[in-house]
Amino acid sequence: MSLPETTVPGLRRGVKFRFDAVRASWVVLAPERLFVPDEPAVEVLKLIDGARSLGAIADDLAARFAAPRAVILADVAAMLTDLADKGAIAL
Amino acid sequence: MTGLFPPPMGLIVELTHRCPLQCPYCSNPLELERPASELDTSAWMRVFDQAAELGVLQLHFTGGEPTARRDLPDLVRHASARGLYTNIITSGVLLDEPLMAALMAAGIDHIQLSLQDIEPENADRIGGYRGAHAKKLAAAQRIRDAGLPLTLNFVVHRQNIQNVARMIDIAEKLGAERSEIAHVQYYGWGLKNRAALLPSRAELDATTATVEAARARLKGRMVIDYVVPDYYASRPKSCMGGWAQRFINISPSGKAMPCHAAETLPGFTFPSVRDTPLAAIWQSDPAFLRFRGTDWMPEPCASCERREIDWGGCRCQAFALTGDAGRTDPACALAPDHAVMAEAVAERGIAPPPFIYRRINAGSERAPVEAVV
Repeated sequence: MSLPETTVPGLRRGVKFRFDAVRASWVVLAPERLFVPDEPAVEVLKLIDGARSLGAIADDLAARFAAPRAVILADVAAMLTDLADKGAIAL
Repeated sequence: MTGLFPPPMGLIVELTHRCPLQCPYCSNPLELERPASELDTSAWMRVFDQAAELGVLQLHFTGGEPTARRDLPDLVRHASARGLYTNIITSGVLLDEPLMAALMAAGIDHIQLSLQDIEPENADRIGGYRGAHAKKLAAAQRIRDAGLPLTLNFVVHRQNIQNVARMIDIAEKLGAERSEIAHVQYYGWGLKNRAALLPSRAELDATTATVEAARARLKGRMVIDYVVPDYYASRPKSCMGGWAQRFINISPSGKAMPCHAAETLPGFTFPSVRDTPLAAIWQSDPAFLRFRGTDWMPEPCASCERREIDWGGCRCQAFALTGDAGRTDPACALAPDHAVMAEAVAERGIAPPPFIYRRINAGSERAPVEAVV
């Protein structure tokens, strides 16, 4: 299943993404679960604001990281689907 | 490296053992703590400060019934201001409009609401509180109207297991983001009522199939957490994510334990948050160190490739069923004591015996007409 580029992901109700100073890492806090996202996921989560589309997130990352946009787009789409399945974001 | 153990993820606080309901599978100890022994508001706030400094991320308010504490909104506000993710685990029967508004103003992040069944009469009979089910449905609506995420928790057993498909339907209808279909865990009250609660293998298998189908159908819309009973398992659950690995549980009077049932274990003296800082408890209290990690493990755990997946299962279950907290959890098919699980299943009988309700002086088998806080 591929997500359209126009998809606008947002954190789900009750989900918080914040930096934890004690662990020196970003954490996703959700109803009775939490994740410590890996570095690529952190970069994506920082760009999720309920307004930016999947396409815009891929544009942003393609401008900053040395990888073809198409590759980044596919990676981000897979990551978003995974986060949605975990209940962290809504698509 | 400082040699410090990584900080706990969650703090579970049993604010009180008072509860209007009397569920026969309650996770509270058989010996309930009295209201007079409860920590006061400022003592709890001090604990939350220490928890935030230690690295706790989520704070779970439970009981008993946490909303029976009048200071709950103040406690939520304090914890929230310290950056803790706040969660209330409630029966919902006391969650009226003013309390909901106060909790929202305090910054509550999430509420988990329990339902005993979807058939009102059976639900009220199980909880031992007439009219509870209707109040719970009103509470669910209130939680959604306030804009909070909602988790519905259903504890399932042989006296409501036939309704699991309808439980999931109602969770979907009420707009829950998350639901828990949690088989009773057999400790304390649940163990006392085991024959009245334990489903058959066929009932369990049918339920598992129902949950798996619903998960596929609701993927991306509602998360369903499913907890199975140990009695039909071949591998033990990773109880609490391992002894003193992820959580600290605090009793109403301030006793800190690696889990809510740990007090059933003999030979332990659990530290009190009244006189010991949380960080010291987590890093060096002997009760917390006793079963942390893998060094304590006997065979077959010690050489098992799953030793850091299930951490030897549950210490309280090992003690309850074998008399020795240091043995492999008998839920594991590799455990020398595994046969006790099948023996318990054989004891469940054709018809369930009456419930022994959770109350301060238990023994009565009749559901009360009315319960008081």
